[in-house]
Amino acid sequence: MRVNFTVNGRKQEADDVWEGESLLYVLRERMGLPGSKNACEQGECGSCTVRLDGVPVCSCLVAAGQVEGREVVTVEGLADYAKHRDDAHPGGACASGACGTSVDAAQRWQAKPQDGRSAESGDLSPIQQAFIDAGAVQCGFCTPGLLVAADELLERNASPSDQDIREALSGNLCRCTGYEKILDAVRLAAARQEEAV
Amino acid sequence: MATTGTPTNITQGSKTKGGIGESTLRPDGTLKVTGEFAYSSDMWHEDMLWGQTLRSTVAHAEIKSIDISEAVAMPGVYAVLTYDDLPTDVKNYGLEIQDTPVLAHGKVRHHGEPVALVAADHPETARRAAAKIKIEYVELPVITDEASATAPDAVLVHEGRDDHHIGHVPHPNIVHRQPIVRGNADEAAKRADVIVKGEYTFGMQDQAFLGPESGLAVPSEDGGVELYVATQWLHSDLKQIAPVLGLPEEKVRMTLSGVGGAFGGREDISMQIHACLLALRTGKPVKIVYNRFESFFGHVHRHPAKLYYEHGATKDGKLTHMKCKIVLDGGAYASASPAVVGNASSLSVGPYVIDDVDIEAIALYSNNPPCGAMRGFGAVQACFAYEAQMDKLAAKLGMDPVEFRQLNAMEQGTIMPTGQPVDSPAPVAELLRRVKARPLPPEQQWATAGEQADVRALPGGLSNTTHGEGVVRGVGYAVGIKNVGFSEGFDDYSTAKVRMEVINGEPVATVHTAMAEVGQGGVTVHAQIARTELGVTQVTIHPADTQVGSAGSTSASRQTYVTGGAVKNTCEHVREAVLEIGRRKFGSYHPAWATAELLLEGGKVVTDGGEVLADLVDVLEDEAVELELEWRHRPTEAFDLRTGQGNGHVQYSFAAHRAVVEVDTELGLVKVVELAVAQDVGKALNPLSVVGQIQGGTTQGLGVAVMEEIIVDPKTAKVRNPSFTDYLIPTILDTPTIPVDVLELADEHAPYGLRGIGEAPTLSSTPAVLAAIRNATGLELNRTPVRPEHLTGTESS
Ligand code: FES
Ligand code: FES
Repeated sequence: MRVNFTVNGRKQEADDVWEGESLLYVLRERMGLPGSKNACEQGECGSCTVRLDGVPVCSCLVAAGQVEGREVVTVEGLADYAKHRDDAHPGGACASGACGTSVDAAQRWQAKPQDGRSAESGDLSPIQQAFIDAGAVQCGFCTPGLLVAADELLERNASPSDQDIREALSGNLCRCTGYEKILDAVRLAAARQEEAV
Repeated sequence: MATTGTPTNITQGSKTKGGIGESTLRPDGTLKVTGEFAYSSDMWHEDMLWGQTLRSTVAHAEIKSIDISEAVAMPGVYAVLTYDDLPTDVKNYGLEIQDTPVLAHGKVRHHGEPVALVAADHPETARRAAAKIKIEYVELPVITDEASATAPDAVLVHEGRDDHHIGHVPHPNIVHRQPIVRGNADEAAKRADVIVKGEYTFGMQDQAFLGPESGLAVPSEDGGVELYVATQWLHSDLKQIAPVLGLPEEKVRMTLSGVGGAFGGREDISMQIHACLLALRTGKPVKIVYNRFESFFGHVHRHPAKLYYEHGATKDGKLTHMKCKIVLDGGAYASASPAVVGNASSLSVGPYVIDDVDIEAIALYSNNPPCGAMRGFGAVQACFAYEAQMDKLAAKLGMDPVEFRQLNAMEQGTIMPTGQPVDSPAPVAELLRRVKARPLPPEQQWATAGEQADVRALPGGLSNTTHGEGVVRGVGYAVGIKNVGFSEGFDDYSTAKVRMEVINGEPVATVHTAMAEVGQGGVTVHAQIARTELGVTQVTIHPADTQVGSAGSTSASRQTYVTGGAVKNTCEHVREAVLEIGRRKFGSYHPAWATAELLLEGGKVVTDGGEVLADLVDVLEDEAVELELEWRHRPTEAFDLRTGQGNGHVQYSFAAHRAVVEVDTELGLVKVVELAVAQDVGKALNPLSVVGQIQGGTTQGLGVAVMEEIIVDPKTAKVRNPSFTDYLIPTILDTPTIPVDVLELADEHAPYGLRGIGEAPTLSSTPAVLAAIRNATGLELNRTPVRPEHLTGTESS
């Protein structure tokens, strides 16, 4: 079958797709977008997380046919996606990584209620930069899925508490980091975007 | 501005940024956060085929027949291979003992053993074709534990064994045995006022790295093959792959592709040989990617173990003696079992002073899944048992468990049970002091928030199983000792090639090693070392491949030490060569070229007094300096096979944990509230990665304490839970805050004083959690992982 959908803002067409193929397979093996990872292909690890019409989903559980006419954002399109979101809701003034919040400061940072905003990014989205700065990337296999999930969390809740972060990322396994630095990264991105307001 | 090297130009040199001791960021970080980093499962080649393995559905059986006719006939199928298609007489491989068949012949020895291979144009076609292969098995009785393995009439897992361990094992179903006898444990026991005995069970843990076993084999024009694969040691793979393919090693060119975690699970060959066989047969590139189900069969696991311990102590709290027997289940093939036995026995005493010991460790051959390397390697199982014993002793003596440990803690100069003196800092008592001194996390965090009481912090979390009734808190401590590097006389070397030249007006260093970067951050550290030694900011890390000499394995916490040491050593020689060029060109301008200690810093040649003599750019101009050198740490020696004596280890690493848990005693749910750790790292080359490693290791220890276990049916030896649905690894909700306290007591024998760090935190994390659960519940709990039925007394069997 043929599937037409939008990936990272670009119209795509996949031909000869076998009915059983997952969105993950189509992205990785047909679109040349291997950023979404294949760690369990069972919906258990979150490495394949993408946004489907804005909603984070495990792309390994989505049949390719289900995405007909819909919009997919993968980690490859995350920076652009964050930038467009910021253009649509201006106010973030700092370039990523440039507003001076250190990991230490972010650890002391307290969540408080606030409406959703995102910092403007350079080549990387704020959450991508924060993952690098906080040392949240080791082998990095979990990273793409975590980034997509964490970015969605910050879009929804600009000032998440630790429990909020844990809850939002509980569908994403990481075997390397022990998660502490992942928490740091999300706190860092949140603190930076708060500081930017 | 370039200096000219004339004596009139005297300025202060500036330290090079991004050297050792700084928390430099990963060079591959940006690629990894943008999704561009090419992991082994991301490899792609035009016209490539997909490989699929067919695995046995039974654990122990004779293969009567294999019928591939239907599979071969399927459209889209390019090749179906069985044992009969192997190209040479070498049909087995293995890390130490070559007992593992590339494809089963005659017999299968464990559930999930590879029997046949398929290459097809779509992964689903390959899967369906594999399912069409018909195999007739005649099942054999399964060996699943020590009793069935060593029974007088036991079926031999490997008939006609002729490896070098066969001469000193009491039964051919025992892979290796290592006793250690020192002093006289029976005599010393007479001095004991209290004696405690314990029987402990350690479940089979899986590395559960996220990146599946995968890679791409591309046939080359000279009849060889290029293999892009995720592994821990390229050259060890190469040694095992080439003979089976019937190719000389130069015709198998291996390049490391992105590795999604390893933790020991990639020390053994998985799909490497299979992909090469299919590529050579079809003449096309072949990619194999295991799904998670297959991954559980495709790599070795952590040895499950039974541990029998006896300790004695005097009433003033001094340990008198220790006797133990450790039975590790190695499963169907040897893998790293002999070395795991060596570790388990030599580290079975833990970081304590006990002069009189009687130790025996063995590994079994069985029909259970093969077990081999996993982070902590034999030391983990022992630590679980000896730490439980320490708590039992302390309780019996009415002493504080931490004080009891401190009273018996080893220190620099202590003699190990192997007779080896510990010749670098061993701050065991201090590490315990540090975790104990840390303030405890607030009580009942879920309740104290009043209105905002957060059920997410309770055991059971969002499933809302309790509102705090029946929840009790406990605190537990543990400490462990792990060896660093390969032991027992292994020639544990590494190789580094370093090149220095001027590119675009800047001095640039290129570091080329075969080190597998599996996520640990070795690439970051290599760049830091090169900056420190060569005074350049720009360092390129060349991809790891077999075009450079072996780096040894990324395991045993050894890479920063050994390949880091190799990079340092090669850089020092490159620096000397660069300085020689400088002396030749500028030596006559300034006497310091001949008389002073010279360094490279901030792109300049400086004296140890900080005086700048020349710019590296001017020294090098268009010359390049390149060297490839091997480097070794101090040699070790084998343990005596009867007494276990010998200077077997090169370095030790120590970590201590304090666990705080809350247990819902009604439902048997455990919430780990905090897991504090203190570790001596000798020298933190990159503090950020050091902390990350310690937290990651701690979490794996937490996993095996409360949830992780591969469950093997004791009657059929079949694996029951090969999926992430049923094999549970900690999520971010299961993992508590992990405060890390890093000590840096330099080991004078190691490069920069560093100490391997990756494994020690996995040791004590597990027993600390167990101790905390015991403290909360008062239960004995002698097995890991602890499951709800153990806490509620509702265990069925
Ligand atoms: S690969 Fe999709 S959830 Fe694991
Ligand atoms: S960094 Fe390796 S799985 Fe998360």
